Amino acid sequence: MAVAESSKPADSASTMATGLREAFYAGLIAFFMFVLLIGLKTDQNIHNELIIVPRWGLLAIVVLLTALGRFLQVVYLAPFLAAQKIVDVKTGLRPTSVALRFFSKRNLVIALVIGAVLFLAGSALEAAVGTYWSVYLGMLRGAAIIYVLAWVIFYFRNFIGAHSYSLGLVVLVLYPVAMVLLFGFQGSLKWVDNFGIQILIYVMLAWGLNIVVGLAGLLDLGYVAFYAVGAYSYALLGTHFGWSFWILLPAAGAMAAMWGIILGFPVLRLRGDYLAIVTLAFGEIIRLVLINWREVTNGAAGVSGVPKVSFFGLISFNVSDPNYIAKVLEIPQSGAYYKIFLYYLILALCILTAFVTIRLRSMPVGRAWEALREDEIACRSLGINTTTTKLTAFATGAMFGGFAGSFFAARQGFVSPESFIFLESAIILAIVVLGGMGSLGGIAVAAAVMIGGTEILREMEFLKHIFGNDFTPELYRMLLFGVAMVIVMVWKPRGFVGSREPTAFLKERRTVSGEFTKEGHG
Amino acid sequence: MQYFIQQLINGLTLGSIYGLIAIGYTMVYGIIGMINFAHGDIFMVGAFAALIVFLILGAMFYSVPVVIALLIMMVVSMLLVSLYNWVIEKTAYRPLRGSFRLAPLITAIGMSIALSNFVQVTQGPRNKPIPPMISQVYDIYGISISLKQIVIVVVTAVLLVLFWYLVNKTALGRAQRACEQDQKMAALLGINVDRTISITFIIGAALAGVAGTLFLMYYGVVVFSDGFVPGVKAFTAAVLGGIGSIPGAVIGGLAIGFIESIWSAYFSIDYKDVAAFSILAIVLIFLPSGILGRPEVEKV
Repeated sequence: MAVAESSKPADSASTMATGLREAFYAGLIAFFMFVLLIGLKTDQNIHNELIIVPRWGLLAIVVLLTALGRFLQVVYLAPFLAAQKIVDVKTGLRPTSVALRFFSKRNLVIALVIGAVLFLAGSALEAAVGTYWSVYLGMLRGAAIIYVLAWVIFYFRNFIGAHSYSLGLVVLVLYPVAMVLLFGFQGSLKWVDNFGIQILIYVMLAWGLNIVVGLAGLLDLGYVAFYAVGAYSYALLGTHFGWSFWILLPAAGAMAAMWGIILGFPVLRLRGDYLAIVTLAFGEIIRLVLINWREVTNGAAGVSGVPKVSFFGLISFNVSDPNYIAKVLEIPQSGAYYKIFLYYLILALCILTAFVTIRLRSMPVGRAWEALREDEIACRSLGINTTTTKLTAFATGAMFGGFAGSFFAARQGFVSPESFIFLESAIILAIVVLGGMGSLGGIAVAAAVMIGGTEILREMEFLKHIFGNDFTPELYRMLLFGVAMVIVMVWKPRGFVGSREPTAFLKERRTVSGEFTKEGHG
Repeated sequence: MQYFIQQLINGLTLGSIYGLIAIGYTMVYGIIGMINFAHGDIFMVGAFAALIVFLILGAMFYSVPVVIALLIMMVVSMLLVSLYNWVIEKTAYRPLRGSFRLAPLITAIGMSIALSNFVQVTQGPRNKPIPPMISQVYDIYGISISLKQIVIVVVTAVLLVLFWYLVNKTALGRAQRACEQDQKMAALLGINVDRTISITFIIGAALAGVAGTLFLMYYGVVVFSDGFVPGVKAFTAAVLGGIGSIPGAVIGGLAIGFIESIWSAYFSIDYKDVAAFSILAIVLIFLPSGILGRPEVEKV
């Protein structure tokens, strides 16, 4: 007993010592890692020669921050997380107790008051404190609003969990309306286009890839090839023959599916990593062909002037057309209508993808996919034709990639091989895995977090205020994306939704933890 | 004929660089069964380290002998990328060991994105050209061989011999091969598995650092996105040679180098990467475990 008591202060002292030691090591490692790459910058002088510009101050900041981060992690974060687990066992309280304390009613009232004051008297206050401090006021207001929203979500988490799909759908349908009401038609453009459409394209692509990777367990690193096939099918046929989007959408899907089968055939015998590398190679081949086959694809310059989508030919979104939406409905003309229309179009395509995926999962072919993912040999011994099963997975996944591609071409009005690099495949695969393979909801959340999170960096103009005017948050977009991928994966190796809902069951449907499955061995 | 031999020599040079990178892929795959996607970017970081050391040497000492400069560049680059790979393995891959197979692949892709963008942010997005370090060219029976090419091939050969000795004759190599065959058993026999895996990453990175230095010396230019294409080709080489097999990685690297240079000499230079990838696909379809790989036997 005495030992336990005396060990208490000694314990914290030794934690402190460990923390300092670890911080020192971390700082040392960071110093050696960054001394060349951060401490020295290679720059071109006026003679176009490379010279070295030292940046010791920046290096010192980075090294100290690393050391500090390591220190805080060892001394505070790790014991805190460990203590959380201990409290669990003793009192039966779940780790949400911290969250309960954080999301208390008192804090809500404070946040509400701050938010309301800043929202109502915002302009007067901003004028009073001057431009420098008004930025911080804006940040405070943003934080208060986010806190209130998080509070609501936290307190209704059971309700949200039970009705996630219908609630998500309602939110998605109302999203452009809310944005228009909040920011007006012109102001909503950014939110509907950069956030809504962008995220939904990735949701659709990830759901398409989910069929191949999440359901059939075939690791595909070249999914972007089908996206490219769909985009170029629409761009080329649309510009050369003037065919409508509504004819070319299924055509692009069929074309991509056909390529899925063509690429799928030779690689059927391959397994696991060999499959991954060959699909990666095919993705690169398609991109290189798009770059080099200049007569047809116009090479690296890409295809521009891709026609817009019309509302089934009834309403057009080209200002010059007689049936332009503003003329038909007699409203002022604006570019926002087209974006809002595109938003609902991609939403419909996403819903189609989700619907098909859910229905296919309970059909024989979907069950065969999942069986194939779990154990290919068992599948074969049970008489499942693995060849057709894999090919259908490839073709179905590719088809949705093709749909998304033709939508992408219509939205951008321009396609070039630049858009179909390996990084895109990697991002899509990352979303599928981070979301929890096979789980549509998890994948949608992962897409919103990863894509929305990097897009929102573009909006963080106030960071310039803190770090100086030559600070461009966009530059750090992909760096943070990569780091976030690593952190989320280490934190939750099974993705956001790591559990499974079986489609076939004996008496009742029970979710199975992802730990019991072994997907992705294809 | 002379033209053909010329192309073979070019291919040999290119293949040596690919081979050096491919060893890192194949060793990591052999020991923990994961595709280390960040390896190509490790190679790029190595090239950047060499670039910065080159500039420091140029700015501080006006006439360093080329041999010494090259040696210093190589050593610094090796040390730096070894540190990077060690840290990456410790933070991004080790926590996921024993997790499901796609998890470390995703962290590796994340690390690859993070590394190339880190270099872009810190060193700028533009091409970094350096003046040629070695410009001698020898003419032998109408075939021109530059000293650069000789240096690359010789350095690669020396490193391969050292590396072969390390893997086959030392205790460390034995531990490595043991971990490759059966990690649990190796641990039971007193081998520190974690340490062996760390060292594997360090050795792979060191070879990639040398490859980065040689790449910088050969082409005289490097850019932050240079990790991807050589990385993918080196990985292709590793798969072609039979992933997990170290001589296979070298053979695969040389094969990719030959294919590329001969294709660009006789057919079209635009499609040289298409050729390399197509041949990879064809080889894998007819020889699914690569040239020297052991066929995968599945136990039920």
